[in-house]
Amino acid sequence: MDRREDRAFPLIFERSQKGRRGVRPPSVGDVDPEALFGRENVRESPPRLPEVDELSVVRHYTLLSRRQIGVDTSFYPLGSCTMKYNPRVLEAAAARFTALHPYQDPETAQGALELMYELAEYLKAITGMDEMTLQPAAGAHGELTGILVIRAYHEDRGEGDRRRVVLVPDSAHGSNPATASMAGFEVREVPSGPDGEVDTEALKRELGPHVAAIMLTNPNTLGLFEKRILELTEAAHQAGVQLYYDGANLNAIMGWVRPGDMGFDVVHLNLHKTFATPHGGGGPGSGPVGVKAHLAPYLPVPLVRKRGSAYVLDEDLPKSIGRVRSFYGNFGVLVRAYAYIRLLGLFGLKRAAALSVLNARYLKALLKAKGFRVPYDGPTMHEFVAQPPEGLRALDLAKALLDAGFHPPTIYFPLIVKEAMMIEPTETEAKETLERFAEALGEAARKGLANPGWLEGTPYTTPVRRLDEVRANRRPVLRWTPEAE
Amino acid sequence: MAYTPHTEEEIRAMLEALGLSRLEDLYAHLPPSLLNPEIPLPEPLSEDEVLRVIDGLAAKNRSGPVFLGGGVRDHFVPAIVDELASRGEFLTAYTPYQPEASQGVLQAIFEYQTMIAELTGLDVANASLYDGATALAEGVLLALRASRRMRVVVSQGVHPEYRAVLATYLHAVGATVETVALAGDRTPAFEVGDDVGAVVLANPNFLGAIEDLAPLAETAHRAGALVVAVADPLALAVLRPPGAWGADVAVGEGQPLGNAMSYGGPHFGFIAVRERLLRQLPGRLVSMTEDGEGRRGFVLALSAREQHIRRSKAKSNITTNSQNAALRATIHMAALGPKGLSEAALASAAGARRLYEMLLEAPGVKPLTRPPFFAEFALVLPRPPEDVRRLLARRGFHGAYPIPDYGEGAALFAASERARPEDLEAFARAFWEVL
Amino acid sequence: MNVPADRKYRNSHEWAKLEGEVVTVGITDYAQHELGDVVYVELPEVGREVEAGEAVAVVESVKTASDIYAPVSGEVVEVNGALEESPERVNEDPYGEGWLFKIRPKDPSEYEGLLDPDAYLKVLEEEG
Repeated sequence: MDRREDRAFPLIFERSQKGRRGVRPPSVGDVDPEALFGRENVRESPPRLPEVDELSVVRHYTLLSRRQIGVDTSFYPLGSCTMKYNPRVLEAAAARFTALHPYQDPETAQGALELMYELAEYLKAITGMDEMTLQPAAGAHGELTGILVIRAYHEDRGEGDRRRVVLVPDSAHGSNPATASMAGFEVREVPSGPDGEVDTEALKRELGPHVAAIMLTNPNTLGLFEKRILELTEAAHQAGVQLYYDGANLNAIMGWVRPGDMGFDVVHLNLHKTFATPHGGGGPGSGPVGVKAHLAPYLPVPLVRKRGSAYVLDEDLPKSIGRVRSFYGNFGVLVRAYAYIRLLGLFGLKRAAALSVLNARYLKALLKAKGFRVPYDGPTMHEFVAQPPEGLRALDLAKALLDAGFHPPTIYFPLIVKEAMMIEPTETEAKETLERFAEALGEAARKGLANPGWLEGTPYTTPVRRLDEVRANRRPVLRWTPEAE
Repeated sequence: MAYTPHTEEEIRAMLEALGLSRLEDLYAHLPPSLLNPEIPLPEPLSEDEVLRVIDGLAAKNRSGPVFLGGGVRDHFVPAIVDELASRGEFLTAYTPYQPEASQGVLQAIFEYQTMIAELTGLDVANASLYDGATALAEGVLLALRASRRMRVVVSQGVHPEYRAVLATYLHAVGATVETVALAGDRTPAFEVGDDVGAVVLANPNFLGAIEDLAPLAETAHRAGALVVAVADPLALAVLRPPGAWGADVAVGEGQPLGNAMSYGGPHFGFIAVRERLLRQLPGRLVSMTEDGEGRRGFVLALSAREQHIRRSKAKSNITTNSQNAALRATIHMAALGPKGLSEAALASAAGARRLYEMLLEAPGVKPLTRPPFFAEFALVLPRPPEDVRRLLARRGFHGAYPIPDYGEGAALFAASERARPEDLEAFARAFWEVL
Repeated sequence: MNVPADRKYRNSHEWAKLEGEVVTVGITDYAQHELGDVVYVELPEVGREVEAGEAVAVVESVKTASDIYAPVSGEVVEVNGALEESPERVNEDPYGEGWLFKIRPKDPSEYEGLLDPDAYLKVLEEEG
């Protein structure tokens, strides 16, 4: 595309021609809205939607997709996001269930219910939990569900008024403290120790009858497995504190160890990370929540149960926290995850986990050889957090990677590492891709040190270059209006 | 093994470079008592075998003409929606944190925000939420933040599952909620106390009825409360939008716009607000801006509201939303245009009206919903709706969702533009037979 | 780093200046520099009673949001409404036109207890 076309890449609204039609829906002929609804209920003027022919719609979104990169086009080592390949057979599987209505007689949806039941069984086995809800629509939604379950448990035991604090490590995902607040708790941060793991002593000092839960990610956001996890969960349980496992990083360990065995009481999973369902540019995902038996009575309704040979939706949980979503969750995502587990089996899941760790360790070694620093350089798992060579900024290197055809890693997270570059290659990338990436990053750093102006100017080859985010935030323009043009 | 590229040779070389000999060594530092638990999972299958398993499960479901509603209906979806929204660039991208490489998703969100603002008659929409129910919960939390009050009044005309989700979210923050029962099929006038932060109304309501809510909105505003409206996005192509009858916040379930029913998900929730509430919005927002060379581009904006920056003080914990489902809606609306969307809405409503009249001719059937209604309506049946739904299903039709909270024998029906006159007649015949 | 001698400071990088019966509050030059381009300022309501050390305002840049703490207890009597349209004033003139809000203090001794310019300069040195 030439530059002029880029500059003028239109909005769909700017392709509109009055009176033009695209796809026509089935029609019953002329219907008079005023006769049907009454004049006072009819909208005065139609919404200003684009009037575009079908081919123009196809061209518009096809060309728009070419201004976007995904796992299908590029290596995408976004830390904590597990951007693995999304096998297309999962899409084919989901397409088999699209015509089901959530309110049809469960007798006529036995296949869908059986799939949900079986998936819950698999996820229970993989996490080591006793019961599982598939209702939460995303990881953060699962977090909220899990923390509300813990709250209901404490309330039921008469400790709800006392246990008002949720402990969260300073390396945690932002969604952890946000969730705890949303669930009505006070959040306290626990520092990481010098080795990057939770400071066990500091954490023990925080424990007490005022604490409801601890939220942990293991491996943590530095990619390190919390080796003292058993000591930690035991100490927490002695203080009556519930252990919450953020499943964002489960890909590193699935099949090898289980959060349930580590002592966690609640686990949420991200099917759109660990179980290869596509991220879709930001969603939809799915965030099933598993719990130990003592928390099962508080799970959201309905749960899928097996009664004889029939599968039913059980609404009869008197102590339930209630509903967290309409219907039964992101069912189409559940189908994909089910298909993924059936494809890989236990052997495949374990191998996927191990190869994700192997890829990450290998890439870490390559980058260290290029002068990148790794501040918490323990036995990292599926991801690691690097720092650029002294004098370079993570943001600039990220932009330079775009010119090299790679999606950059997560940057400036976790917060405890300055100029953090959090890199998670996943198991589906080939050795030579990791090597090319390390070369590109090394080269960008080398050129950037020699010529800072060049680095600060990157990217040069993307559809747009660095955008004015200050302007977008000071004077946001959040919709198109005809007058504005 | 499936989907990993490594040859045995490469694994050996990589392990060797790390001074290791086996993959197991990568886990050697983990507590030994935890390692290699017994996990009962079925054996791995080939792609073809997996699809056979899936087909076997799918065969245990029964699809057929769908006359069910509850905000999710069997609407027409143009072929290009599937085709374009499942392009790998859109499907396999993460959240657009790197704008230079994400203009596709960012611009699509900007177009979506515009379309939702247009539909609802409000100023600004976010990039999507999970579904209609969580969109309502977020909309009410927003209203409570803005009004600094902790009491909510909700009409029974709001979807029961949405009210259940709302109750879960409000209990968490210590807010109270009370329900105003419908008078027949519509919300009666009620008083609003001056400690109420949000009044929640639905139009059309759960029983399909189109309500005149402007007077209630006025009452709410006089008491200093915000009005949160639950809307059906397809109805908004033809009906007076929430922004025009006084709502401050509009939320709803996006499925009728280009998304399959898919047994209840994934779909998307939408939320739109008046300008002055912009800073209270949860979730992602995209703004137009320019690069250094003056080219138009799009970026995530006002991120300081969100969890990855604001942590425990964020407006919501949401991060993953329903982007691909919202993209489907964007393409759907572009493909149909204002005329096509309005035709689909009118055809659905006209079909529902025709069906209503036919079903009411059956002996013992009484109306619960009175016209005008949109694409859904409720009837009172002379025998248990659970049985009617089952017997209809055995004849290959899906209809008559039991809604006992709205009265004994109450059942919900719907129609869409996909139902031809002969489909409506066939369903009505089956309905007669099973009564 | 510019640290005017005519006012007091908190170690969380707010400045406070007593004029007559009212204390004007803003963020220091160092703070605006660390934050980067300020894009939005959330100000307290006039009339609100605040405690010293309470988070009462938020200053946002593109990628961060910082709580601003009241240096003294009292009633918020005025806020800088011009920042709504022009948040960049916090960057351009942090000690002047970029002020945030004014408090009528309950207890004048609280003001005296704040850091003087030299003490604040030491804080800056320690933060490096």
